[in-house]
Amino acid sequence: MNTATDMSGPRRRSGTSMALRRALTQPGVKIGGTIVVFFVLVAILAPLIAPYGPTEPDWMAIRQPPSAAHWFGTDDLGRDVLSRVIYGARSSLAAGITAAVIALVFGVPLGLIAGYFGGLVDMVISRCTDALLACPFLVLAIALAAFLGPSLQNAMIAIGISAMPIFIRLTRGQVISVKQEDYVTAVRAQGLGDGAIIISHILPNVVAPIVVQMTITMAVAVLAEASLAFLGLGQRPPAPSWGSMLDIARQFLVEAPWMAVWPGLAIVVIVLGFNLLGDGLNDALNPRDD
Amino acid sequence: MTRLILNRLLVAIPTLLLVSIFVFGLLKLLPGDPVLALAGEERDPQVIEMLRDKYGLNQSLPVQYIRWLGGILQGDFGLSIRTRLPIGEMLLERLPVTLQLSFQALIIALVIGIPAGVFAAIWRRSPLDWMITSIGLAGLSIPSFWLGIMLILWFAVGLGWLPSGGYAGFFSAPIENLRTTLLPSLVLGTAAAAIVMRHTRSSMITALKSDYVRTARAKGLREGIIVRRHVLRNALIPVVTTVTLHFGELLSGAVLTEQVFGIPGFGKMIVDGVFSRDYAVVQAVVMVSAVMFVTMSLIADIAYVILSPRLRT
Repeated sequence: MNTATDMSGPRRRSGTSMALRRALTQPGVKIGGTIVVFFVLVAILAPLIAPYGPTEPDWMAIRQPPSAAHWFGTDDLGRDVLSRVIYGARSSLAAGITAAVIALVFGVPLGLIAGYFGGLVDMVISRCTDALLACPFLVLAIALAAFLGPSLQNAMIAIGISAMPIFIRLTRGQVISVKQEDYVTAVRAQGLGDGAIIISHILPNVVAPIVVQMTITMAVAVLAEASLAFLGLGQRPPAPSWGSMLDIARQFLVEAPWMAVWPGLAIVVIVLGFNLLGDGLNDALNPRDD
Repeated sequence: MTRLILNRLLVAIPTLLLVSIFVFGLLKLLPGDPVLALAGEERDPQVIEMLRDKYGLNQSLPVQYIRWLGGILQGDFGLSIRTRLPIGEMLLERLPVTLQLSFQALIIALVIGIPAGVFAAIWRRSPLDWMITSIGLAGLSIPSFWLGIMLILWFAVGLGWLPSGGYAGFFSAPIENLRTTLLPSLVLGTAAAAIVMRHTRSSMITALKSDYVRTARAKGLREGIIVRRHVLRNALIPVVTTVTLHFGELLSGAVLTEQVFGIPGFGKMIVDGVFSRDYAVVQAVVMVSAVMFVTMSLIADIAYVILSPRLRT
């Protein structure tokens, strides 16, 4: 590489910064990103913006419809639904982000190893991945959460493990195509070790689809956490979680339908945000006609 | 064709064996003694030892695994701690309920998803395309259990048109069966319709750009004829594979839908199993789900070869 020429010539934008600029022009990224940032802010600022405590019962205000005092109404224990929805963003986002990080941290290295080294290592990792992928996602997450015990932390682990095989398969596929490129052959000929080649030359070139997958996994993880909490395998009451709020609301559909509306809408909007972000990033980072 | 099926089977068998090791290992990693759970109130050491002998729990783990796997291959999944019934019988009773729901959901998904995807692709980048893709994305973002609750609120509580839950047998009460399964099928079919729509749209867009379409246009064929006779036929091939694969995923959705509507299906079985600590039932459901998923993948592969003329020869 001729660094002198690079230095003297006009400054070129790197591939990453160009992809980032392209991503920021996508409407999906703009809308999805705004939704996600909004919920992140809501989760962080919950103690400041929630009008009431999330677990604070008010025996004089049981199952009250939406009013000026309680914008989203109150639940079966007189707790303010709006405050619980606001605090519920914390467990949903924590689950979404943590589960996706668990899947990424374990899935990507395994995919890199399987794709780069091939042979027996690849066969073992790929067969285990196939086995995990053979179990439907939620069935696997429920089984793992049941065996680990019901809690938000265990739900995050269960969802993370269930989402991991997708990262392994995706990374492996990308590595297999990238490792045949000339520049990899060149750095190998220069005597660079396998670890350095993987980290410095292969990983940066497979990051784009992983970033997209990460965003989609967050949407899936938020849905899965809500599902597990709804089934009683996630965040335990009285701590607020959108899924467990819906589970309670189901019992009071006739008397207090508002209890079921808001937590569900919150899940739809945040998952839509992540999905829009994922689609937009996909369009920007993997530019095709469609 | 035979070679392809054999190849796929050769991959499917080790996959299922690994799933079985994973499922078996999961139960063995659990804290607590399963014999004590089986014994219930009985704490006599002799009885416990007898049970341990009866279920082969004194043997080494590999021997236990082989016995367990052998049982499964003969349809013997053991006894449910909660119901004391053979799990195989429970599966036979509940699986058809979930399969019916999944099948109805699939029909809904195809009826909505394919035309929507076709229209979105033909009028690509138009307001109609924008509307269809937005609805599709929303369909993917709605949690099935919330959609179920909202439909109950609307059609059962509000309008009183349909029951809010329960299940009637398909052969014993067909009309009531349709009434009780309509809302759950609609819930399951919504996300599936969104997926079918997205795949159809993407596949149609690719097909519309291909050389044979250009040739057909150059020959002066009308757009409607090109789409019906040439594009649809080719574009739907990958959609068939997606739909077949998605059938396995519908099982996941059934877990929540059956819970919301109180339907005694396969999905509810795993939830009941989890809460009664009936881990043999959980094992059986995971194992059977995996077998069904792998079978559907196999069918998808074969269907792709049959439908794709290039791969048939």
